[in-house]
Amino acid sequence: MPATSKATRDQGHARVFDLDVMSLRELNQALHDLAPGSNQTAWEVLNPKGNHSVAVGVDLPVTIDVRGSVGYYCGGMNSGSTITVHGSAGPGVGENMMSGSIIIKGDASQYAGATGKGGLLVIEGNASSRCGISMKGIDIVVHGNIGHMSAFMAQSGNLVVLGDAGDALGDSIYEARLFVRGKVDSLGADCIAKEMRPEHLELLQGLLDRAGVTDVKPSEFKRYGSARTLYNFNIDNADAY
Amino acid sequence: MTYRNPPTTPRKSATFDDYTLSEIRRAAATGIYDIRGAGAKRKLPHFDDLLFLGASISRYPLEGYRERCDTSVVLGSRHAKKPIELKIPITVAGMSFGSLSGPAKEALGRGATLSGTSTTTGDGGMTEEERGHSKTLVYQYLPSRYGMNLRDLRRADAIEVVVGQGAKPGGGGMLLGQKISDRVAEMRTLPKGIDQRSASRHPDWTGPDDLEIKILELREITDWEKPIYVKVGGARPYYDTALAVKAGADVVVVDGMQGGTAATQEVFIENVGQPTLACIRPAVQALQDLGMHRKVQLIVSGGIRNGADVAKALALGVDAVSIGTAALVALGDNDPRWEAEYNELGTTAGAYDDWHEGRDPAGITTQDPELMKRVDPVAAGRRLANYLKVMTLEAQTIARACGKNSLHNLEPEDLVALTIEAAAMAGVPLAGTNWIPGKNNF
Repeated sequence: MPATSKATRDQGHARVFDLDVMSLRELNQALHDLAPGSNQTAWEVLNPKGNHSVAVGVDLPVTIDVRGSVGYYCGGMNSGSTITVHGSAGPGVGENMMSGSIIIKGDASQYAGATGKGGLLVIEGNASSRCGISMKGIDIVVHGNIGHMSAFMAQSGNLVVLGDAGDALGDSIYEARLFVRGKVDSLGADCIAKEMRPEHLELLQGLLDRAGVTDVKPSEFKRYGSARTLYNFNIDNADAY
Repeated sequence: MTYRNPPTTPRKSATFDDYTLSEIRRAAATGIYDIRGAGAKRKLPHFDDLLFLGASISRYPLEGYRERCDTSVVLGSRHAKKPIELKIPITVAGMSFGSLSGPAKEALGRGATLSGTSTTTGDGGMTEEERGHSKTLVYQYLPSRYGMNLRDLRRADAIEVVVGQGAKPGGGGMLLGQKISDRVAEMRTLPKGIDQRSASRHPDWTGPDDLEIKILELREITDWEKPIYVKVGGARPYYDTALAVKAGADVVVVDGMQGGTAATQEVFIENVGQPTLACIRPAVQALQDLGMHRKVQLIVSGGIRNGADVAKALALGVDAVSIGTAALVALGDNDPRWEAEYNELGTTAGAYDDWHEGRDPAGITTQDPELMKRVDPVAAGRRLANYLKVMTLEAQTIARACGKNSLHNLEPEDLVALTIEAAAMAGVPLAGTNWIPGKNNF
């Protein structure tokens, strides 16, 4: 990390990184080089201009504000940091996230939060197809709509959608919980509507609170989850596959 | 006197042979296809169909046990800051924790480290048994992403993006509920006792252009230090190798249809993919056409058994081979000492392949705590190391006889084929001729 570069400067309390001047590699290396306990806890990334792999593999609780839209895999494998994209995100935002938060102020493309293990992904706009695919513990809150095949093979975690969901929601779902406020075009194999019990209302309220949603009530949502009929292979269920 | 026509000798159909009949009966009784482990069992064109020529007058042999024959190999020299250096060109292929027991994974690590090579994780995450005992560990990045996490990614020495597997190109996996112990369930983020489906494709990318971006992400996460392998099932080796190179792979792994699996459909194992022998030359050709041969390293796996197989694969242009099934046998799988127990399971030592059921008498492909105790990781690791060293010595013996001071100097010119099929697949002449089917306008 060339500390004397003109591209990095103190701006308020944040360390500013201009991708028009410095490379993605330098940004990520600087983030990875941070030592535990560093006082460089606030970062600002300028001119991302659709770059792929912005702020991937961060393993410390820092805050990163990305001023603009990003390409694929922004915040991939995030572990503990809070990343805010002041724009839209390309495919695979927050893929395999471990913990921390990612907030997308705009829309997100396909596979948002794919295979995520933990943490919170908030998409203030819409998400595209396969949102939360194969999710494994992550919480995802989408203010807008989500596309088809979302939460396919979702194992655990929570997906909250304030808008509508596309076709085949929750296909082959395991233990993840899906909460959708709008309409669902169709449910995938083994995914069914379920009763919203008090513990689910409480859980959902907590998720909405964490995602900064204040004008929506948990009672407006329906819950979806696994019918658990495909958990052990049975030839009589073959038409479901 | 009554004349009786002489009876004809009963004749069984070659098409409906005993195995086929038994499979029809089994399917009719159970209503489910047969699931098993291991690789293709049908007879396929293989390395046995090739012979080395050795040196006489036109070639000059090296002295066995006297003149050096190098075996080392560097993998990942294209982009990685820290390429892998192995003492031998034989690696241990990915086999999952979950499919294999913890002691078996430890034994693989011990054996590989003793012989100067690497092990590979598999579908199920990285275990302390394996990381702790493998000097060099390749971490597989699989469609399921079971157990995938940032810190293990950084603890790995290389990353293998698994796109396909030789036993089942295009297929996913199924770990049946009976093998899901508490630990396996926790690592895979799934409830205990349910079947665990491994996806057939990666959830967050769809094609070669996406793969290129995915590899960039993995490089960025690991600061461009670790080699990135791309593993494909041996189905379309020319195009898949070329696309893996285009996507930025440091190493391409091509797994032929004799390659094993933990569990999939018998019909899949036996009918999808191409023999390992048939995969090598197209993969090498792709590298040569792109000017990347020896720059992007090629590993081939699927049915490698001895030093002759190693030498033949290297002579055809690969940089290293990988073993899975053979490594399990070296640890003690299918050992006749457990014959009585194999019989109780309705099979015999050498044919046991119901690895998914978790009842492996050898304690290798199981999560049963009592059976697992049968694997002594130290002794089993020693057996694997012995086996790897024997294979290496065998390959060196052949290479010296061909006049080579490095295994990597073996070349197609050192080989002939016994069958027209093998000659065509390997691109070497039929023995006693200069005829390579498919070349020179034949």
